[in-house]
Amino acid sequence: MTVREIFESMDYGNAPEAAGDALAWIVDQGSRFGHFVGGSYQAPGETFETRNPATGEVLAEVTQGSVEDVAAAVKAARRAQADWEGLGGKGRARYLYALARLVQKHARLFAVLETLDNGKPIRESRDIDVPLVARHFYHHAGLAQLLEAEHPGRRAWGVCGQIVPWNFPLLMLAWKVAPALAAGNTVVLKPAEWTSLTALLFADICRQAGLPKGVVNIVTGDGATGAALVEAEVDKVAFTGSTEVGRKIRAATAGRGLGLTLELGGKSPYVVFEDADLDSAVEGLVDAIWFNGGQVCCAGSRLLVQEGVAEAFHAKLRARMDKLRVGDPLDKSVDVGAIVDPEQLSRIRALVDSNAAGETYRAACTIPKGCFYPPTLVAGLTPSDALMQEEIFGPVLVSTTFRTPAEAVALANDTRYGLAASVWSENLNTCLDIAPKLAAGVVWINGSNMFDAAAPFGGVRESGFGREGGPEGLDAYLRPEHAGKALKRIAPFPGKDAEPQAVDRTAKLYVGGKQARPDGGYARGIHDKSGTLIGQAPIANRKDVRNAVEAARGAAAWSAGAAHNRAQVVYYIGENLAARAGEFAARIDRLTGGRSGKAEVEAAVDRCFTWAAWADKFGGRVAPVPIRGTALAIREPVGVIGALCPDEAPLLGLVSVMAPAIAMGNRVVLVASEPYPLAATDFYQVLDTSDVPGGVVNILTGPHAELAPVLAAHMDVEAVWSFSSSELSERIEAAAAGNLKRTWVNDGRARDWSGAAGEDRAFLGHATEVKTVWIPYGA
Amino acid sequence: MQHTAPQTLETRNPGTALNLDRVMRAAANRSAIERRAASLPGRRSVKKAHQAAWLARAVSCIDLTTLAGDDTAGRVARLCGKARQPVRADLLEAIGLPDLTVGAVCVYHDMVAPAASALRGSGIPVAAVSTGFPAGLSPFHLRVAEIGESVAAGASEIDIVISRRHVLTGDWQALYDEMRAFRAACGEAHVKAILATGELGTLRNVARASLVCMMAGADFIKTSTGKEGVNATLPVSLVMMRAIRDYHDWTGIRVGYKPAGGISKAKDALTYLALVKEELGDRWLRPDLFRFGASSLLGDIERQIEHHVTGAYSASWRHALA
Repeated sequence: MTVREIFESMDYGNAPEAAGDALAWIVDQGSRFGHFVGGSYQAPGETFETRNPATGEVLAEVTQGSVEDVAAAVKAARRAQADWEGLGGKGRARYLYALARLVQKHARLFAVLETLDNGKPIRESRDIDVPLVARHFYHHAGLAQLLEAEHPGRRAWGVCGQIVPWNFPLLMLAWKVAPALAAGNTVVLKPAEWTSLTALLFADICRQAGLPKGVVNIVTGDGATGAALVEAEVDKVAFTGSTEVGRKIRAATAGRGLGLTLELGGKSPYVVFEDADLDSAVEGLVDAIWFNGGQVCCAGSRLLVQEGVAEAFHAKLRARMDKLRVGDPLDKSVDVGAIVDPEQLSRIRALVDSNAAGETYRAACTIPKGCFYPPTLVAGLTPSDALMQEEIFGPVLVSTTFRTPAEAVALANDTRYGLAASVWSENLNTCLDIAPKLAAGVVWINGSNMFDAAAPFGGVRESGFGREGGPEGLDAYLRPEHAGKALKRIAPFPGKDAEPQAVDRTAKLYVGGKQARPDGGYARGIHDKSGTLIGQAPIANRKDVRNAVEAARGAAAWSAGAAHNRAQVVYYIGENLAARAGEFAARIDRLTGGRSGKAEVEAAVDRCFTWAAWADKFGGRVAPVPIRGTALAIREPVGVIGALCPDEAPLLGLVSVMAPAIAMGNRVVLVASEPYPLAATDFYQVLDTSDVPGGVVNILTGPHAELAPVLAAHMDVEAVWSFSSSELSERIEAAAAGNLKRTWVNDGRARDWSGAAGEDRAFLGHATEVKTVWIPYGA
Repeated sequence: MQHTAPQTLETRNPGTALNLDRVMRAAANRSAIERRAASLPGRRSVKKAHQAAWLARAVSCIDLTTLAGDDTAGRVARLCGKARQPVRADLLEAIGLPDLTVGAVCVYHDMVAPAASALRGSGIPVAAVSTGFPAGLSPFHLRVAEIGESVAAGASEIDIVISRRHVLTGDWQALYDEMRAFRAACGEAHVKAILATGELGTLRNVARASLVCMMAGADFIKTSTGKEGVNATLPVSLVMMRAIRDYHDWTGIRVGYKPAGGISKAKDALTYLALVKEELGDRWLRPDLFRFGASSLLGDIERQIEHHVTGAYSASWRHALA
């Protein structure tokens, strides 16, 4: 075309980014890659091809990691770990800083290689992915520098097995590797099989940074390699990917005493109120669902528009879609690149084609032949339509309407996922009211897909658990410095004889603020050390669990209430317990056959005071993110927590578990000490007199081994903790895979309930969920 | 080259009644708008022949401007010479656009006659800033009268300034009435409403003032006089373009857009053109619907065009002064 013709047509033309340097790097490496283990590239093994999805051309061959390859890498990581941790946070900070600088120095090479391998537009890899990678290493250089000061009593897990997805290959690597290294772990990382190249380039960067051999190991391969890594001798597993695979990993790691963080799928709501800046909200959707072709776990893929403006909004949206430029990802003027792989393309196609509901609109832009999918809007769906529930993981937006803020929240939360959400309104009252009510780990107000190393990222519900970014993310790579001693199972005292009581007392379950007979109608005799019967404890069954969970779910007002009020109630529990100290002390001594009852009661009173004190002092923090605005990392209650209470300390154990949970706003279903349940059944009388709203604390007695799996499998329970002396950790973690609930189990280790471990800060972390709320502003 | 005065190819904006519902509903989220503006240059890149063509298009949309207290007939004549031959003839020949001129010449009232005479035969229109430019605080009847004088002196485009106080106090009726009066005084001349966005405080005010001026019959809306502390910016442009788009969706009428002040680099001009293309569409990429108010932009564009033609970076002294 002549200049004169273009002068009339005003087309953009092509603005291709040169790929020469990146392709030359591949050739320089021989175009065939082995793993990177112990500081050097290994000889290629059995390989598979990795392709440029935009052209279908083979870029390189990459080795399929075998079980042996994984074991060798884990061994190298293990060998390097002690020295690496021994270097101290400040020593490691220097290396992380060097990695940040090296990523910046090779920024364009990383960006072009990423785009070649993944198909995302060069604008994104150049302006978003790679800068965020450098930022992540900088931030974690700082977290390493401050580690010992900021995280006393914590140490590295050891060797981390990390599996990252294909949608942000290098960025997800950074999110995994930076905190692991900062905390003193060594890593074996497996990139996704479609996108291994930037991880292999990163290995080269590690060499240039002089990183000690074995600290970072990269093993390539498909899902089988990933499975081998999960099965290997690692201490922590971190995974980003699909909910389906996350569930498998949860099950595969159950009972192994591993650290686990999962960042999984989503169907994130994008809520537009009638008073929003509609044009900006439309533009925000471009960043939400057409960023990286919608192949983003936190993509705003479920549009909810207030009914009155829905028609106008959809008209603007369709017009905007027509302006999107889909094509060669290396073209600097392209908005939507290639779908990562033909397999993913056919998944997207199948999902959209299976839908007959609503109205489907495909952007009127030109779509190249090959691995591309048109930006698509499916409007007028209802929550019952599969496309409103299923993650599509492609450039496909679905939408429906709402009438009121409350209905917006209800629709937004009508999902198994809970990764992210966007809220658009010019009224910050509306936004800040809605944000805490959304089931999501990240909420963007008047924005979308904002990320920063200082702002924790991660989900709730089946979007996984654990955070990445900031000190909250670092915490997932640390464990307590000292593991407890092995915990012996405590069996109840045997006995037969009945001791007539002056007045027969009936211990019951405590559900919804009321005493309840067990559904099964059975009770178990409780004997003292001498074998004398001292009472009967009800035997709860699965229906009692159901009732207790229902009561806890119903007590939602507790979570929404003021922390000051919760503190008052927890203090009051302590006060009322103190008033009956003598009676409880005697009961404990009789139950346990010991003489520490008095001390245990005193400690339990103190524990109430400690957690009451914390109630209004753990609200979260402001994350200094690089926008005009702020991001709040809010500590929210987890929800309904089921807890198997310690057997050995019948009162103190129960109080130590209950108090932090309810102080932080959770509702609990407590399964009392199995051998010594009667302190708990006395305790509900204290609760009754302490203004604890019904349903906030529910107490069951009965066999831990029968009740724990029911709680762990219950879909309406957000977390299960176990401090039982029964071996439950594996069963709980395995059953929790169902709804990917948070678990905190003792792995057969004891905790000193009367000492500092009994009021460990870890309780605060487990009793809360971090929600990061991004609040950009500007008059 | 065909010269096209504002809106001569389209139905002229007749205006509407003041629709306060629409005015008050206008929203502008500053953070989101700034994000869009900041990411646009990275989203659209125009290279090689396309860049040369786009820069030529920018030249065709320039209101070549001098608005200084020391303007003289001689100075204005020099500017008009540049308007006729904005880029060296051999370079225009090389890119196949030998008859390229700027969109208009923009001057104060007293320079209208000299400009009109210097441009005679070229078809290039003369635009006059008016209504007590730049502050707009002279007596109302004199401001209205000034329009008539400039039209009589040969201006076919009138760039009026609005009373910022009407916006800042939310007196939309007063703003509407003022704009209506200015528009009436222009008669056949086309009117650009300068909002002086740097003095309106908020982007929401920019959105509302844009809508009110269009309802009152503005043919163009324009950001700035060039005399405010902050003149044309991408975020302000985004707000005004979206207002134009909304007005078009509502009435079917295309109103023109003129960013003015502070656009001095060829690269900036490309970004503005891309923003117009993205937000308003290709139809707006013509001088009847889009103008740059600029004085030094042309010099940078000339150097870039020479670079395109020769492959070597250029120097300012190789191009004629304005």
